Amino acid sequence: MPQGQPTRDNGTTMSGAASLIRSLEAVGVDTVFGIPGGAILPAYDPMFDSQQIRHILVRHEQGAGHAAEGYALATGKPGVCMATSGPGATNLVTPIADAHMDSVPMVAVTGQVASAAIGTDAFQEADIRGISMPITKHNYLVTDPAEIPRTIAEAFHIATTGRPGPVLVDVAKDAMQAMTTFRWPVELDLPGYRPVTRPHAKQVREAARLMAAAKRPVLYVGGGVLRARAWVELRRLAELTGFPVVTTLTARGGFPDSHQQHLGMPGMHGSVAAVTALQKADLLITLGARFDDRVTGRLASFAPNAAVIHADIDPAEISKNRVADVPIVGDCKEVIAELIPAVEAEFAADHRADLTGWWRQLDQWRDNFPLGYTPAENGELMPQYVIERLGKLVGPDAIYVAGVGQHQMWASQFISYENPNTWLNSGGAGTMGYAVPAAMGAKAGRPDATVWAIDGDGCFQMTNQELATCAIEGIPIKVAIINNESLGMVRQWQTLFYDGRYSNTDLGSRRIPDFAKLAEAYGCVGLRCDTAEDVDATIEKAMAVDDRPVVVDFGVHRDAMVWPMVAAGTSNDEIQIARGMAPEWDRSDD
Amino acid sequence: MSKHTLSVLVENKPGVLARIAALFSRRGFNIDSLAVGPTEHPSVSRMTVVVDVEDSPLEQVTKQLNKLVNVLKIVELDPGQSVQRELVLVKVRTDNETRPHVLQTVELFRAKVVDVATDAVTIEATGSSDKLSALLKVLEPYGIRELVQSGVVAVGRGSRSITDRALRPVDRVA
Repeated sequence: MPQGQPTRDNGTTMSGAASLIRSLEAVGVDTVFGIPGGAILPAYDPMFDSQQIRHILVRHEQGAGHAAEGYALATGKPGVCMATSGPGATNLVTPIADAHMDSVPMVAVTGQVASAAIGTDAFQEADIRGISMPITKHNYLVTDPAEIPRTIAEAFHIATTGRPGPVLVDVAKDAMQAMTTFRWPVELDLPGYRPVTRPHAKQVREAARLMAAAKRPVLYVGGGVLRARAWVELRRLAELTGFPVVTTLTARGGFPDSHQQHLGMPGMHGSVAAVTALQKADLLITLGARFDDRVTGRLASFAPNAAVIHADIDPAEISKNRVADVPIVGDCKEVIAELIPAVEAEFAADHRADLTGWWRQLDQWRDNFPLGYTPAENGELMPQYVIERLGKLVGPDAIYVAGVGQHQMWASQFISYENPNTWLNSGGAGTMGYAVPAAMGAKAGRPDATVWAIDGDGCFQMTNQELATCAIEGIPIKVAIINNESLGMVRQWQTLFYDGRYSNTDLGSRRIPDFAKLAEAYGCVGLRCDTAEDVDATIEKAMAVDDRPVVVDFGVHRDAMVWPMVAAGTSNDEIQIARGMAPEWDRSDD
Repeated sequence: MSKHTLSVLVENKPGVLARIAALFSRRGFNIDSLAVGPTEHPSVSRMTVVVDVEDSPLEQVTKQLNKLVNVLKIVELDPGQSVQRELVLVKVRTDNETRPHVLQTVELFRAKVVDVATDAVTIEATGSSDKLSALLKVLEPYGIRELVQSGVVAVGRGSRSITDRALRPVDRVA
C-alpha cells in the first residue's frame, strides 16, 4: 500500500527513468527481479545507484515473474518484475497469467519502444498492453514522463487492494529518457475502482442464522483467506462453531493440518473425508473460495443438498459457478470478524444444532479412508515416502514450493502445513516450471526461512536455469526433484484413460540430464538418492548446507499414482481411493 | 435469450473500448450492438451495449464489466422506462417510376432524404429497432444498394441522470 509521505526529491528535475525508480522506492519496493534490454535500459541506469532496491538478475523473464510471485506470497508485499520490450515482455505473460489466476499481488514494469515507433512494428516491439489485458487486473502504457509517479502509485494500489492481482506498467523508452519533475505524493485518479471490503450486516446475520441451524455444515476455505491474512479469525470461527474445515489447494496452511477439525483438501485429489463432507453437507460456508472445477467435479452434482454462504471480495465470483443463497461481498478478514459475534449471538439465544452425528460420520470417513499409498512391488523408492519424510524432517516452519503435477498433489497431501504462507504453488493456472523461480523469490524475500522446492523432473527442466541466479546472488534454496523420468500426471491419465499408451511422456531424465552434475555445474550442491534407506540421510545432508543451493535428485517409482481421484468431468460421488476402487461406504455407515 | 440494453459509463482513456470488447469476447458473450460517444463530461464516455443473454449470465457480464478499472458505472435500461434509438442510412435504387413510391414511404416513416442521384436516393431514418426494420422491409423490393446502421443509443426517461453519482469525486492520495 503506497504511503502518503512526501519523499526527498519531491519537485526535483530528473529523467523519467529516475522518476520511475524514485517512485518504486517511494512505494516501498526493496527487490526487483528482471533482465535489462534495449527499451528498459534507461531504468537500469538509475536503479544501479539505488540504495533501497536490490535488483536480482534472472536468466529468463519467466523466472523473474514467478520469483515476484514467490516473493509476494512469502512476504505479503507485492512482487516486482522488470523486463524489456517485445520478447522480454512476452516472456512475462505466463507468470502474469499465473498471478492473475491465483490473485497474487504483482507489478510488472516493462520497457516499450519509443512512442514515435509504437505501432510501426519496430525492433522488439510487442503490444504487451493489448496482450496482457485479459490476464492483468489492470495495465498501463505510459508515454508522458509526468505520468510515471502516479501510474506507479496506482499500479501498486490496484495490485494490493481488493482482490489482489498483477498490474503491468509499460513505459515508452522516450518517456524514460525525457526530463520531468518528480512529484510525490501523488493523487490517485481511480474513480472506477472502489473495492468493497466491509460486508453487509444483514447478510452476515443471515449467514449466522443458517450456521447455527445447520446440521451438516462445512467451512469451505479458499486462498482468499490467506490473501486477506484472516487465518487467526478463521481459527476462532472454526473453534467457536466446531465446524469441520476443508482447505483448497491454494489455502493449504491457512488452517493447521494437525487441527482436529481439519478434514484436508477437497477436490480432484482431495481426501475422502473432505470431498465427501462437501457432498453430504447441508451448508457450505465458503470463505474466499471460487467453486473451481477441480474442487467441484461435475458442478451439477456438487454438494447437492447444501445451502451456500459465499463470502468473497470479488462480487463476480459470487454465483458465478454455484448460486449462493447468502452472498457476502467483503474482505475475508472483515467478514469472518463480523461472523464471529453474529454466530455467538445465535448461540447465546440457544440456537445451535447438535453436530455429534455429523462428526461421528466425518470421523468414520477420516478413519476408514486415510491418505496412503501402496509400496511398489519391485521395491523402488516411492515418491510419497520421499515427500512425507521431507515434511517430517524439515518441519512446518519451512516454506514449501511445488511445481505442477503428481509431485504437487503429493506435496499438498503428505506434508503437514501448520502455518500460513508456507505452501506456494501454481493452483489456477497449473504452470509447470513455477517451483524453482518461485522458491528463489520466496527465499529472497524471507532469507531467514528454509525454502524447499519440491519439483518434478519435467517441471524442473522448464526453469532450472534460475539455479545460476540463486548460486550467484546468494539465494540458497533447496530443491527436491521427484524424478520419475516422465511427465507423471499426464502418464497417470494415459494409464487410466488411454489404455497405457504412453505417447510422449517418457523424459528419460534418469539418464539425461544428470541432475546432480547439472546442479554442480550451476554452483550448487548436487545429491542423488534412489533408495528408501538413504532418504533421511540425504535430506539431512541437504539441510546441513546453507551457503549454496542444493539439488537432490530422488529417483522414484514411475508408476506411482495420485489417489484419491475424482476423474475429470465426473461427480465427486464417484471418488476412487485406488484404481477401480470406490470407498466401501457400508463399512463406514454402520 | 432476451435482449438487454446496458449503459456503461467509462473513463475517456485510450484502450477502454478494447478492454470492453475483449471482455465480452473472452467471457463468451455476444454483443448485439455497440455505440460509443462522449457525454456532458469531457472525461467520461458512454457506451450503449445491447446483449442477447439470459438473466444469470447478464449478472456475470455486468459484474465482470464492473471489475474493469476504467468502468465507472453500469445501468441496465428497461425498454419501457427508456428511449432507445438507432440511426440508419440507406441507399435505395430508384427510377422515375419508383421514386414517388419511395418518397412516400419516407414520409410515412418520418424519415428524410439526404441525397439524390438519378438512379438512387439516400434516406436517413432514426427510431427504434422495430421501426427501422419495418422501414427496411418496405424499401427492400426497390433494391437496397447500401446500408449502414448505428448501434442503439439509449437514455432513461424522466429527470434523473445516471452520470451524477458516478462522477462523485473520491479523495485518495498515495
